[in-house]
Amino acid sequence: MATTATADFDVRKNDSLGLRVQHILHANPVLGPLAVLVVAIIAFSIVNGRFLTATNLSLVLQQVTVIATLALGQTLIILTAGIDLSAGAIAVFSSILTATFCVDAGMPGIVALLLGFACGTAMGAINGFLVTRLKLPPFIVTLGTLTIFFSLNSVVSNSETVRGTDMPSLMTWTGNSIPIGNFRLTYGSIIMLLLFAYFFYALSRTAWGKHVYATGDDAEAARLAGIQTGRVLFSVYTVAGLLYAIGGWILIGRLASASPNVGVEYNLDSITAVVLGGTSLFGGRGSVIGTLIGALIVGVFRNGLQLGGVEVVWQGFAIGLLVLVAVSLDQWIRKVKT
Amino acid sequence: MTPVLQAKGLTKRYGRVVAINGSDLELYPGEILAVIGDNGAGKSSLIKALSGALVPDEGEIYLDGRQVHFRTPMDARAAGIETVYQTLAVAPGLDIADNLFLGREQRKPGPLGSVFRMLDRGRMRSEAKRHMSELGVATLQNIGQPVESLSGGQRQAVAVARSAAFGSKVVILDEPTAALGVKEGNRVLQLIRDVRDRGLPVILISHNMPHVFEVADRIHIQRLGRRATVITPKSHSMSEAVAIMTGAAEPPPEPV
Repeated sequence: MATTATADFDVRKNDSLGLRVQHILHANPVLGPLAVLVVAIIAFSIVNGRFLTATNLSLVLQQVTVIATLALGQTLIILTAGIDLSAGAIAVFSSILTATFCVDAGMPGIVALLLGFACGTAMGAINGFLVTRLKLPPFIVTLGTLTIFFSLNSVVSNSETVRGTDMPSLMTWTGNSIPIGNFRLTYGSIIMLLLFAYFFYALSRTAWGKHVYATGDDAEAARLAGIQTGRVLFSVYTVAGLLYAIGGWILIGRLASASPNVGVEYNLDSITAVVLGGTSLFGGRGSVIGTLIGALIVGVFRNGLQLGGVEVVWQGFAIGLLVLVAVSLDQWIRKVKT
Repeated sequence: MTPVLQAKGLTKRYGRVVAINGSDLELYPGEILAVIGDNGAGKSSLIKALSGALVPDEGEIYLDGRQVHFRTPMDARAAGIETVYQTLAVAPGLDIADNLFLGREQRKPGPLGSVFRMLDRGRMRSEAKRHMSELGVATLQNIGQPVESLSGGQRQAVAVARSAAFGSKVVILDEPTAALGVKEGNRVLQLIRDVRDRGLPVILISHNMPHVFEVADRIHIQRLGRRATVITPKSHSMSEAVAIMTGAAEPPPEPV
């Protein structure tokens, strides 16, 4: 164990600038996305003076709240080297079930809501069961359940939207806001931020969090170290299901209705936010802080390009480019020489 | 002297293939027992049976004279047998302290630990540092350094330190020097001696004859699914050991 070896890990003076940047990003993976976010905010506020107003920024936050909540669940799964294509489907189906429970079945708001959460959790658990017990690849499992949940969604809802005014006020409460000057902070955003804070804690300060990272990093090594990787994976998919259902509740508040016809793009948008946030699709690396930044990047780009008069179709183009850059960057950082 | 760990007549078959065929093994207190053998001699099946990674069809295992039945690696661990696998069961993205305590994390005392399940990072780090320095690998300055930033030998040191820290009876090392350079390999050999000198007997599986002859107190030679004999580095030369291992020479009748 060469006594001199530790010196090798320090950034050497004769390293090129590129190498040094690579080392810094490897040690602090959140820095890259944060830099992108800051640069984007500066650029868009130069292009359009209306960008950096409290009114507009609160709109950006409201627009990213649902995606950020889904992306939080998605982060947990991607950290275990999995992927969840059914995130949006679970969120939307849960919101439809909740609306059905209170409107058609006449349940009180709180009961319908908790039952809706339970349904989302169960859908996540089904994914987890298929991944851990039948040992199917997460991509295939969630591709299947995505289709199933969306089809059940159409069956239950008859493809009809339930108006928010027909539901108990608890359903749309997440859309209400606290004014801070001109900034309107919705309860949905507060819930989302609290969830991020909680999972930041759970991932970095609890044994469960360490096990999630270890399982994603090298599942076989984690198993040999005594971690029950099957249980870790199952817990991750189940918790993600609950998070998606909470996202569905926030969605009802955002739209002031429960609509079965939204959310198709949420599946991939949640993955986009995670990837932009610097979490590696190969598992074991990343953080929920990165995901929050990633979701904000998507929101800032869409909003900023809109204000800059760029057509919607080209907004998608820009986000797509960003994703490719983020993944290439991840690959480059992973090749860091030790 | 009773062996710390003893195997009697272990047999494991996979269909018609016999991996181990009535294999015995004895490990005595305070020794390094090397296990050598040609490919397919049943070394790894024997070791897996001792570390709980496979359940033998026949035979008995005794720990401190009492019979034990391991169904999973966790059973063997709970009994005090720690194994460092060739594939190094470390999580590269986690830091040294996290890896040392992986699967055995310690929580903070009081409600912070019991209700909020908060890890006691301070204590885990200081204990990790102590374990590492006890084995003379205190050169790792930063216990919060991710394991992926360490050299192969340093990673091996983390894995060995973990087994020495938590193993109360036996440490099993599977090919610990296989992927290392000369210098790092020698450091790991010293580490193995340090573990033994702290009172933990070691089973060392290795293909590297010079390494085996350098550190082993006794050498168990596995051949055709069973123990051919046990020699010592003093009683036999390296080429004699290889001859017994490959069947070119008759094994001495009585195990040493």
